[in-house]
Amino acid sequence: MTEIVAFDNVVKRYPGGKLALDRVSLSLARGEMAFLTGHSGAGKSTLMKLIGLIERPTRGRVVINGTDLARVSRRQVPRYRQRVGLIFQNYNLLFDRTVFDNVALPLVIRGQAHRDITRRVRAALDTVGLLSHEKKFPITLSGGEQQRVGIARAVVNRPHLLLADEPTGNLDPELSADIMRLFTRLNETGTSIMIATHDIDLVEAMRYRRIVLDHGHLEQA
Amino acid sequence: MPTASGQRDMRTRLADSAAADSAKGWAAAHARCLLESLGRLSRRWIASALTILVIGIALALPSGLFVVVKNMDRLAGQWHQSVQISVYLDNDLAPEAGQQLADDLRDDKRVDKTQFVSAEQGLDEFKKASGFGAALDALGNNPLPGVIQVTPRANLAPAAVGELVAALGQRDTVAKASLDQAWLRRLTAILDLLSRASWVIGLLLSAAVVFIVGNTIRLDIENRRQEIEVMKLLGASDAFIRRPFLYSGLWYGLLGAFVALLVLGVCRLALGGSLATLVSSYDGALAIQGLGASGVLWLILAGLGLGWVGCVITVNRELAAIEPR
Ligand SMILES: Nc1ncnc2c1ncn2[C@@H]1O[C@H](COP(=O)(O)OP(=O)(O)OP(=O)(O)O)[C@@H](O)[C@H]1O
Ligand SMILES: [Mg+2]
Repeated sequence: MTEIVAFDNVVKRYPGGKLALDRVSLSLARGEMAFLTGHSGAGKSTLMKLIGLIERPTRGRVVINGTDLARVSRRQVPRYRQRVGLIFQNYNLLFDRTVFDNVALPLVIRGQAHRDITRRVRAALDTVGLLSHEKKFPITLSGGEQQRVGIARAVVNRPHLLLADEPTGNLDPELSADIMRLFTRLNETGTSIMIATHDIDLVEAMRYRRIVLDHGHLEQA
Repeated sequence: MPTASGQRDMRTRLADSAAADSAKGWAAAHARCLLESLGRLSRRWIASALTILVIGIALALPSGLFVVVKNMDRLAGQWHQSVQISVYLDNDLAPEAGQQLADDLRDDKRVDKTQFVSAEQGLDEFKKASGFGAALDALGNNPLPGVIQVTPRANLAPAAVGELVAALGQRDTVAKASLDQAWLRRLTAILDLLSRASWVIGLLLSAAVVFIVGNTIRLDIENRRQEIEVMKLLGASDAFIRRPFLYSGLWYGLLGAFVALLVLGVCRLALGGSLATLVSSYDGALAIQGLGASGVLWLILAGLGLGWVGCVITVNRELAAIEPR
């Protein structure tokens, strides 16, 4: 099994009738990093939500790391999500907790021992270059720093697969390039990564595969 | 750069160590959660304090009523024991015969004490007590009969006392035997009513506590909607998300019970003066009883239980409605 993500003829029609994905088949190899692009409303976030089991496909099959998601019951969703790292445009940090506690959350959820949590949170914060900020509250950080906290939180569990939905959407070009370099580094340590983005310039400056969506259809590159 | 299979091995090892730590981790997580939920309460302390106060008062009311009824019951029991039967003798009966009857009655197993009060003694006492001395002298002959005061044995049931009164009334030389017990029966009935009322009020206020806790928790969940969505996205199970809210429910119940104890204590202090006078008029034989250790324990358990129930019936429904989008 070499694919970490495999879509087979996936259709997603939202209640209300909107066809967001139309017979999409694609795959991401284990250890690969790819960009997902397309106009606004093309279906990028929908595709990500199917992988995160935030939405279920109307038809077709989604297989992640060998698991057919149709067979993951509602009760099993939490366990499944623990193995996927999700990163969002609007960071989704908890503002009443310190940077450390935000990054520790996935480990606390998994019930890890305190000693391990400290070690792994420090390692994750070190990776994103924010070790000195661990006691601060997110509100006191810049947008780029907040996004890096979000990335640290996503990788602290060492997920098989990292999904980032417009991680640089709110950032200036320089910070965006920083974040992309961070993803590159994470990919070099073996993590499979899929990044949805509008930022064509940035994508073209990097030599990774592009998956292009157009009105819910996959565009063959 | 590690190979894919090397990565997998590392993940397996991590999973194993996680399993070994999980028992300790679980206990630690619960302890942390218990304190964290207390922290949450204190962060919104005005709302929490109000909830706890309302719970406290709701718990204090039936408990207070219960204590009052319990003490009144004992008081009524004491009054029952101090009951006396007045046996009025025929007017023409000689004092010696009256004294003889009083002595005879003492042989009855149901009788504790008897005291003969002759017509003359009765008149003297009445003159002294009423101040109508001159008027009574003017009356010429003594209108009062001889009386035997009969004290039934303590712990004689009210029904048996009734039978004794009837038996005494039927004796040849007795005009009438009477026991002014109606007020006591009325008091017993009122106490019975109060005791039932304390149960009904207790049930109603318990329901109120359940709803208060439920509503507070519902608002709490509403305020933390975004946080709950994030936790679900990060793979938190329903049980994990529920836990701090359930602990909050327990804290509300426990702290509410403490407030109830405080309220009861304050009431006792406030009423202490008049209680002391009442007690001393009974030669100290009647010490006022509080809730007692078992009562306190029950109150705390009730608080915890109601807080828990209020939480459980709210939390599942509210959390199911929150899903990341
Ligand atoms: N929950 C929903 N209910 C109904 N329609 C939806 C829902 N979510 C998305 N859509 C529709 O599905 C289509 C694809 O949406 P999606 O969010 O996947 O696009 P996107 O490529 O992420 O766009 P953007 O770049 O603006 O984020 C859009 O037309 C959108 O209006
Ligand atoms: Mg989107």
